[in-house]
Amino acid sequence: MSGPTDNSPLLTYVLRQGDRSLVLAQRLLENVAHAPELEEDMALGNIALDLIGQARLLYTYAGEIDGEGNDENHYAYWRDDTDFTNPLLVEQPNGDFAHLVTRQFLYDAFAAPFWAALAMSSDESLAAIAAKAVKETAYHLRHSRGWMIRLGDGTDESHQRMQAAVDQLWRFTDELFEQDAVEEGLQAGGVAPDMEALRAQWTATVDAVLAEATLTHPEDSTMRNGGRRGAHDEPFSFLIGEMQVVARAHPGASW
Amino acid sequence: METEEEKFDALIDADDRIEPTDWMPENYRKTLIRQIAQHAHSEIIGMQPEGNWLTRAPSLRRKAILTAKVQDEAGHGLYLYGAAETLGTDRSELLDLLHAGRQKYSSIFNYPTLTWADIGAIGWLVDGAAIMNQVPLCRCSFGPYARAMVRICKEESFHQRQGFQIMLTLANGTDAQREMAQDALNRWWWPTVMMFGPADADSPHSEQNMRWGIKRISNDDLRQKFIDATVPQAELLGLTIPDPDLHWDEERETYDIGEIDWDEFWTVVGGNGPCNDDRMATKVGAYNEGEWVREAASAYAIKQAARAKEVAA
Ligand SMILES: [Fe+2]
Ligand SMILES: [Fe+2]
Repeated sequence: MSGPTDNSPLLTYVLRQGDRSLVLAQRLLENVAHAPELEEDMALGNIALDLIGQARLLYTYAGEIDGEGNDENHYAYWRDDTDFTNPLLVEQPNGDFAHLVTRQFLYDAFAAPFWAALAMSSDESLAAIAAKAVKETAYHLRHSRGWMIRLGDGTDESHQRMQAAVDQLWRFTDELFEQDAVEEGLQAGGVAPDMEALRAQWTATVDAVLAEATLTHPEDSTMRNGGRRGAHDEPFSFLIGEMQVVARAHPGASW
Repeated sequence: METEEEKFDALIDADDRIEPTDWMPENYRKTLIRQIAQHAHSEIIGMQPEGNWLTRAPSLRRKAILTAKVQDEAGHGLYLYGAAETLGTDRSELLDLLHAGRQKYSSIFNYPTLTWADIGAIGWLVDGAAIMNQVPLCRCSFGPYARAMVRICKEESFHQRQGFQIMLTLANGTDAQREMAQDALNRWWWPTVMMFGPADADSPHSEQNMRWGIKRISNDDLRQKFIDATVPQAELLGLTIPDPDLHWDEERETYDIGEIDWDEFWTVVGGNGPCNDDRMATKVGAYNEGEWVREAASAYAIKQAARAKEVAA
């Protein structure tokens, strides 16, 4: 059996992308019916729906790579919290709306160039999934960028809240660009993009938007990571526990 | 010369639509604002009991479908607030009335969603009952309301089918799933039957609203239609409707049901149902928490307008 061994870097890579989308969707879903305006409830629902859709495609593809007959739900519901490999940024618990918008923006500014680069992947399945995500993410970024500027340059209170959110979340941004042997191996075959090359695009977007929003970012944050190794923050286990509670109470059931 | 009132009456008699710029009796306007507002509030309060299960939906497909449904309900709220705005009241006024407890929303959303099967039961029964109520409103005499209802009804029938699908899957699933489905039906049946409002004899506004083409079918007739449509669906699911007196009436050729517990109905309408306080606290809390966001958005808009002026000058 050479298949699983050969494919395991690709499987790992695909699951990382799926986990990132699903965990962020899960945080957004916690907030539904709590937005400051009805339009915003709709927009956040829309974004969550796109992210769930991305996770489903990626997990379904993971099942094909794995060859063990696993479906999308296997990866969402039957892995433990420590098996999830999302970056810490997307799992950060909801705070105020400033925090939610900032988390979304810092992610979207990464996701837009990431999916665009992955759409050029030599792996046709990944390229197709990414091409769909490119269109969705363009809308997400436009939305979160708009709020960054409006709230950053709104009132004193909104400015303070936004600055606090940027200061608090900045430490999680480095991890988005982390690359290890799995990625480097896939980069050699043209499957995965070079994350360092994406960082310049992210920085350009973030700097421009923060400037327009009259916000700054901390210069000396101690960067955090660990998501890749399954070393998440304390609240993460609750997020996964909540997501899986019904499914795990009924092994073998279909829904 | 025809008076304004005669023109209005002639439009009503001809079953034509009244448009926002047409003259209308003050009470017609008031009745519509109250009804459309209550309807809009129901759509958005209804996001809470269903939103409660978004994070726990037991499969990714169900999670996506439920997310889309809750989003649809927000959209329904938006169309309806829009229809009310054509009568000269804006959304923030209506929300203030809701938050002050001076306008209501459908009492059905004061019941809790305790298991995943409740999401199936709500789609099947509550959206099903909403369709019965709303299909005749597509012919409401007030144009903007009637047109909003046409769009909304299409989506509600999706919701009803998706809810039935959940129930069907549970009913054909494991013993525990079947029990969950039966339990949900037990808890949601009577509250849904009550969604059509008091019996015709106790429904004070009905006659005038019928005359005005705001209401087309009486509460009891709608209730009967719902029951007749739903009983065979429950049989298809192999679930038992929690009413020992339910039977087919050969003579009337409809189902007869047992006594409705109107005390429970008035208790919940009166604010003392299981979730009334929580629903309002969540709604008001979210709205107040969003105050600084709305303020900032309008402060920013004012600054932008000033900047645009400067550039132009
Ligand atoms: Fe609706
Ligand atoms: Fe609905």
